[in-house]
Amino acid sequence: MLAKLFKFYGGVKPPSNKTLSNQQPIRPAPLPSRLVVPLHQHIGGTPRPLVQAGDPVLKGQKIGEADGWISAAVHAPTSGTVVEVAMHVRPHVSGLESLCVVIEPDGKDEWITHGPADRAAMSPADICQFLQEHGIVGLGGAGFPTHGKLKATPGVPMAELIINAAECEPYITCDDLLMRERADDVVRGIAVFRDMLQPTQVIIGVEDNKPEAIAAMKKAVEAQGETFAVVPVPTLYPAGGAKQLIRVLTGKEVPGAMRSTADMGVQVFNVGTAYAAWRAIGHGEPLISRIVTLTGNVRGAGNVEALIGTPMDELLKLAEPNPDTDGIIMGGPMMGFLVPNEHAPIVKTSNCLIAHSERLFPPKAPEMPCIRCGACARACPHELQPFELYWHARAKDFGKTQQYHIFDCIECGCCAYVCPSRIPLVQYFRFAKSEIWAREKEKKAADEAKQRFEFKQFREEREKAEKAEKLAKAAAAQAAKKAAEAAAASEAPATEQPAEAAADPAEAAKKAAIAAAMARAKAQREAAQPKNTDELTPEQARKMAEIEARRQQAGIVPEPADAQPATTETKPE
Amino acid sequence: MDILLAIAIMALGAVVLGAALGFASIKFKVEGDPLVEKIDAILPQTQCGQCGFPGCKPYAEAIAKGEVDINLCPPGGMEGVQRLADLLGREVKPLEAEEKPKQVARIDENTCIGCTLCIQACPVDAIVGAAKQMHTIIAQQCTGCELCLPPCPVECIHMEVIPETLENWKWKYPVVAIQPVAARPSAKEAA
Repeated sequence: MLAKLFKFYGGVKPPSNKTLSNQQPIRPAPLPSRLVVPLHQHIGGTPRPLVQAGDPVLKGQKIGEADGWISAAVHAPTSGTVVEVAMHVRPHVSGLESLCVVIEPDGKDEWITHGPADRAAMSPADICQFLQEHGIVGLGGAGFPTHGKLKATPGVPMAELIINAAECEPYITCDDLLMRERADDVVRGIAVFRDMLQPTQVIIGVEDNKPEAIAAMKKAVEAQGETFAVVPVPTLYPAGGAKQLIRVLTGKEVPGAMRSTADMGVQVFNVGTAYAAWRAIGHGEPLISRIVTLTGNVRGAGNVEALIGTPMDELLKLAEPNPDTDGIIMGGPMMGFLVPNEHAPIVKTSNCLIAHSERLFPPKAPEMPCIRCGACARACPHELQPFELYWHARAKDFGKTQQYHIFDCIECGCCAYVCPSRIPLVQYFRFAKSEIWAREKEKKAADEAKQRFEFKQFREEREKAEKAEKLAKAAAAQAAKKAAEAAAASEAPATEQPAEAAADPAEAAKKAAIAAAMARAKAQREAAQPKNTDELTPEQARKMAEIEARRQQAGIVPEPADAQPATTETKPE
Repeated sequence: MDILLAIAIMALGAVVLGAALGFASIKFKVEGDPLVEKIDAILPQTQCGQCGFPGCKPYAEAIAKGEVDINLCPPGGMEGVQRLADLLGREVKPLEAEEKPKQVARIDENTCIGCTLCIQACPVDAIVGAAKQMHTIIAQQCTGCELCLPPCPVECIHMEVIPETLENWKWKYPVVAIQPVAARPSAKEAA
């Protein structure tokens, strides 16, 4: 259909080992004993839990609410009871824990009421919201919420919608089997994306080592009367990288700094995402299960449809691992990792579990010094210079690694695959990247702290100034008040002693104030009458009169106690 | 006569160039010391005062003047010393104090009496509270400077090491595994 395919630079051809697992049809996995559903399964905000321990849940019931636009809801994979909402190990290299909802299935597998979306009545924004509510995220690996990619960049016409069905990593066959068995639903899902983005062309890129899948897809596209092009691409790792696939199918080179390919009119979705989107739109089913390849050191390799949250060790048992299995690799052998804890659950992005054994993956011979052969640079699909990056990452010279564009590295592992010195190059690059991120975060925190510190200092200065001003004002007010009081006081005595007041009004005011205070004190003293002089017996009254008479004779008290003081008229009032 | 002309020319040149320099020194005057800014950018801005200066900026100023050593900042760690040494061309010295993992302060809210002393001590305003009300620390803003510990009259503040989570987890530096040499004796036996 297409006149010409293009090539990307570099790449490697590891043994594909796909026939191990693509011979049997997809089997449904039996209900596990319990499901551990991590709330954070995608890029973006962590969903907030909506259930608590003891709550009954139905299959497809929302248990985690999307937090922000770049986030997606999480749903109960089967009916049962929530045992706990607690920290459990995540399928992550670190082996660290995150918040999970643990569900004990009741075995009924009872759905909530659900049905297809009424697409005719829905605007594009409604469909985005619908997909977010149904937890649809990219199933290719990164897990970017799908609704965030369903909008063309303003001003850039959408030229190509690319469906990534390359599945370039060895061992993995889940997309292969999905296309062979469920091509119709995949094509319907692609049609939903097509309606949303309105591209001029829809291309489904499939590696040419999957002839059955290509045939099935072509048939389904034809049966539904669509115009999608199913294009076989040469098998070369990493043809399934988004930027590589764009290059192969359209010849367009994605600039390293470009964050979203929509900015150049291209959008890429994984084929599994298209299927999940159709299950949501066409059937109302949220993303609660996915197809997982079980392969490696097992007797019964194949693909199973497993519920999200199924423990990995329990799931891998379905494929009868050989007794010398000593670990589980999640993802492919090139980009996947050995899970630190085998009880970790399957998440939306777990496409493959490989039973690890030393027979299949012999331990790497020890790392040797770099001989500067340049093999890594010839293999790098992004045309980077991994040996240079390696030097600088090893020396922790992160500024230099950024000069050599470390953030363009997609960690595909081609360089480490071809390295004759068996240097774990990707590990160095990952280390450098996460150090750079951590430093940027620290720098940001330091800047913020500095700003807050400076503001605090500024505030303290301001408060000090304000306080000083207030004090000055209060002192001024006090002085003014005193002056006013003095003026008022000086007016009263002025009527009696005008000469003196005129001579020294301030002195006179002071004197008047003192005199007034003295008079007040005297009045107070005199107002305090003896309290036990009421209700006296005639005997007591006679005695008191005698005492008073004696005192008067002795000249101690000039007047009787109850007499009004003669000094009252000296009061200024 | 010639000599006078030469002197006149040189004098004229001196006047013109002097005027140009004088003009430039006013026109292109740099406010503040750019070196202080550079040093301040390397310091971790915890404002903890462990260096003996009231904040990071005064320490940066003292370093720029060459008054103090560059190894007085424990929160900056050996890496900070290294970067300062690179910037200033000075010798790397081991840190005065030991390096600690990153921490945040935490208030035991049951014990807090609401005295506001810690709020006044916090250099980055990371404590919320009011008089006779419970106080709490905004963990994201806390720099772990420990300045709130001494003023607390009921000792309800303690430091907690920030635990490793999926958000702050980092890829480790690749280590070269040392292979055991258990095979050797058997090789000898075989020989």
